[in-house]
Amino acid sequence: MSALVDAAGAAPVNASRFRAAHGAEWEQLERLVTSIERRSVRALSDEDLIALPLLYRATLSSLSVARETSLDRALITYLEQLSTRAYFQIYGVQSSLGSQLGRFFARGWPDAVRALWRETLVVVLFTIAGAFVAYLLVRSDPSWFYALLPEGLANGRDPAASADSLRESLYASDQNMLATFAAYLFQNNAQVAIFSFALGFALGIPTILLILYNGLMLGAFFAVFVPKGLGPNFTCWLAIHGTTELFAIFIAGAAGLRIGGAIAFPGRIARVDAAVAAGRSAATAMAGTVVMLAVAGLLEGIGRQTVTNDGLRLLIGLAMLSGWLAYFYLPRKRHALALA
Amino acid sequence: MRWPWRKASSPREPRSPRRRFITPEGVDLQLELGAGGARAGAFTIDLMLQLAILIGASLALAYLARGDKTGLLMIIWLLGAFVLRNGWFTLFEMGGRGATPGKRLLGLRVVARDGARLTGGAVIARNAMREIEVFLPLSFLGMQASQGLADTFLTVFALTWSGIFLFFLLFNRDRLRIGDLVAGTWVVRTSRAKLAGDLIATAPAERREFSERALNLYGIRELQTLEEVLRAGRPETLATVANIIRAKADMPDDGDDRAFLSEYYVALCARLERGMMVGRRRENKHAA
Repeated sequence: MSALVDAAGAAPVNASRFRAAHGAEWEQLERLVTSIERRSVRALSDEDLIALPLLYRATLSSLSVARETSLDRALITYLEQLSTRAYFQIYGVQSSLGSQLGRFFARGWPDAVRALWRETLVVVLFTIAGAFVAYLLVRSDPSWFYALLPEGLANGRDPAASADSLRESLYASDQNMLATFAAYLFQNNAQVAIFSFALGFALGIPTILLILYNGLMLGAFFAVFVPKGLGPNFTCWLAIHGTTELFAIFIAGAAGLRIGGAIAFPGRIARVDAAVAAGRSAATAMAGTVVMLAVAGLLEGIGRQTVTNDGLRLLIGLAMLSGWLAYFYLPRKRHALALA
Repeated sequence: MRWPWRKASSPREPRSPRRRFITPEGVDLQLELGAGGARAGAFTIDLMLQLAILIGASLALAYLARGDKTGLLMIIWLLGAFVLRNGWFTLFEMGGRGATPGKRLLGLRVVARDGARLTGGAVIARNAMREIEVFLPLSFLGMQASQGLADTFLTVFALTWSGIFLFFLLFNRDRLRIGDLVAGTWVVRTSRAKLAGDLIATAPAERREFSERALNLYGIRELQTLEEVLRAGRPETLATVANIIRAKADMPDDGDDRAFLSEYYVALCARLERGMMVGRRRENKHAA
């Protein structure tokens, strides 16, 4: 302050006195911020690191003062830009990738999935309803099967197939393309999961259609295998990867529904705020389904081809299911993991 | 270019790209939103980079695949393409810079609208939405077209769908994509300017005296326009402005436009600042 008073006689205008008094601080902050932007925070020495927040606050207060007392627009623009750059370096910087991932697996993901429990139940009900309807339709008239499923997907496993060829389709293994098949399944399913999340924006209607169709396909396949006495075998064939894969699809669908629901029925908060709150937590759950689908891809592409024993298949499937359920829904200590 | 004098005549204020952004210290940083054109440019650059990487990597893998490791290379390609498509935007924006290479090049940055740290969930949400905004309709169209199934209706439908989402950001005042809307983010300009020199220090010692009437002519807005004119320093503009002020203030032309304007700037600035000290902020020449 004394500098301002002393200089008052020399310069007729506030901005000049202000520049003279604080210019050095701004320049130092600019130098530090530029070196962080170029490289990283690690480029700074210890003294600089300690000085950074002080300089940032000094510059912010310079900005406030300049706005009120100075008419030099170049000065105000400069201070605004410098403060903004410093703000992003101080508040905007993410923690390291490792600790972000750690937090995601420890808390973020299970919390997000647990928050979706209501939507997840709805999705499960829609899938079961779809499967039930398709099962009854195909049992009453096998031609429904061809209406429900594209030819490529059925791959010969249709109502006209013999019991032997159906049995063979459950236990055949193509050993040399296992991993490729797993990778293909993973990226295909993960893309569908991302779609069903994004489509939730249209009030969740396309997501429900996707989920319903998924259920219909499931039911149609059951209607092919059950009459040939292969129901349990098909269930085991499906269970080894299906518990993980279907669970992931349920969660992705639930994430889409959550967004659509928040936009359609925001409740007491503003529609935009509801969409943001739903979008961020649902996106975390959706990112998790990509991990689940990677596991499902491995189980389907490699596990199912190498394990052909029904009991073992079912056991693996149930173990996976209970593992996921425990991970997502078991209550855990509030802060123990967050601190770790 | 904005026209400072338009504001007085037109009843509607021009829409400013500036938005309130309060730091935890309570200072409004007045962030400037990224323009629609810059956003589109950044997206195009990112798309081109992705395509270049995809093509380059595919060629490299195809070259390596002449051996018998086709299975492994196929897996690398499948997973690589997936990460490239879904991870490019997300991973770059989750980094410290908050921007993809395209955005960085055009001086843009993704910021959480509430002023908090940009979370991973927000970045994933804003980029997952890109799937239905751009990739879904266009890839569907491409798929159908490759099979010769794309009729006019489908083409129009897919393009309209994408069009609505692509131009969505031009139809709302905060330039939000659907993804920004759902994730609670916006894209702002990051600019870095050097501190321009002090006009006062470069002004010569005062020689001219300005009358009360001359100093009463203008307010803050005009002063800052004069600042711009002086900083740009184009002789024709200086001459025009100097002549207008001389005519209004009834002062003789002494032939030195630059010195005249510099001195007038200092005198006017000092006078307006004195007014601010006692709580009179004269925004423009129409204010009392």
